[in-house]
This record gives sequence, structure tokens and C-alpha cells, in this order.
Amino acid sequence: MSMVTVQLFASYAEAFGESTLKIPIDNARTVADLVRSIRSLPCGQSLPASPRVAVNRKFASDEQLIRTEDEIAVIPPVAGG
Amino acid sequence: MKRVAVVSRAIDPAALIAEVQSPEFGAISLFVGTVRDINDGRSVTALDYSAYVAMAESELSAILADAEIKFGVTTIVVEHRIGALSLGDVSIAIACAHPHRQPAMDCTRFVIEEIKKRVPIWKREHYADGSHEWVDPMRTGEATV
Repeated sequence: MSMVTVQLFASYAEAFGESTLKIPIDNARTVADLVRSIRSLPCGQSLPASPRVAVNRKFASDEQLIRTEDEIAVIPPVAGG
Repeated sequence: MKRVAVVSRAIDPAALIAEVQSPEFGAISLFVGTVRDINDGRSVTALDYSAYVAMAESELSAILADAEIKFGVTTIVVEHRIGALSLGDVSIAIACAHPHRQPAMDCTRFVIEEIKKRVPIWKREHYADGSHEWVDPMRTGEATV
């Protein structure tokens, strides 16, 4: 089955104990689907209901479609500066 | 000339000033962010920054493009440090140069405020009691100060 690779950072990586997750593309056709799939994993509730998600290094809407080759990241609250 | 960088070494603000300096500019505005010893009432002993570097640099570049449209400032350099930092260390420096002071100063303010909203960089604070925590500016109220 084709999988989507999702990068995790900072508090989210710590909560999952992983810096990447693999999610079946069938469960991640859109950003909203992807978030639902991640939140159904063990530790998934540590993610807020609507976290910011980046697709190919740009913030994405819930409706954005996902392809297996996309670079996906779930972005915790930023605190640069 | 615009340059952005996420770096793992010390930042030298004077080097950023030298980089943007030119006889055509009558104003250079510099913002320097440093590690503070108290946050949200807790005593901070050190902190570390991490980043999604590829996206952070691309968002920083997008912010500088927005800044040019908004303020007409074409010469801006931004460096953000990641890794372990001690109290007083420089975490970020922004230098904006323009013929006149107002656009330079407004641009600097705009760039730091946008960075705080949209650049994927995270900060973990280490506290005097031995604990540590990822900072969520929306929760601690840091976003407004």
C-alpha cells in the first residue's frame, strides 16, 4: 500500500517518540483526513484537532489534496525569534 | 540584496550591519533578540531552538518578499540561531537598510512579528528547577509581548 511520510517536530515528535510517521495514502487523501488518521494513533490525542500542516514547505488548508510524493509536516505552535 | 539563514553558530549583529551597509542608505535598523532569564514567571537557565530548516528558510524568504512589497525595503538580512543557547546569547538578528529611517524601522518590526507567527522554529526552555518545556506563545502570552 502506498504511504505518506509525515515529519514531526519539537513537542509533537516528543509526544509520538518519532520524527516521522507513515500513513496509508487511502487514509490521507486530504490534510483533514491525514490529521484524523494521525489523531487515531496511540498518542494521537496529543495533537490538537486542527494543527497547522505544511505540504511541500507551505502551510496547507484542510481541503488540500495529498500525494504520496509530497513533503508533509505537522507544525507545532511556532516560537522563533 | 536579501539573505536569510538558520545557523548553528553564534550570530554577530555587527556583521549583519556591515553586510547591508551602503552609501545609498541613510538608515540601518537592527533588531537583536536575546535569551531572557524569566519567561511566564519561571526562571530560565538555558534553551534550545530547533527548526524545520528547509521550510523556515523558505518562509523567511517569503516574509522578506512581503516586506519589500509593503515597505520598499530591498536590503534585508536575517539570521536565526538553532541549537543550545545560554542566557544572553543572540537568537536572532535582523538588519534592514533603506535611504530613510521610517521604512527601515517599520520593516524590521514587520519581519520579527511575521517570524513569530509563521516560521517553523521551536524553543524548549530549561528551568531552574531542572524541568524543561516546549514554549507555546499562545498559551504563555508571549505572543503579545
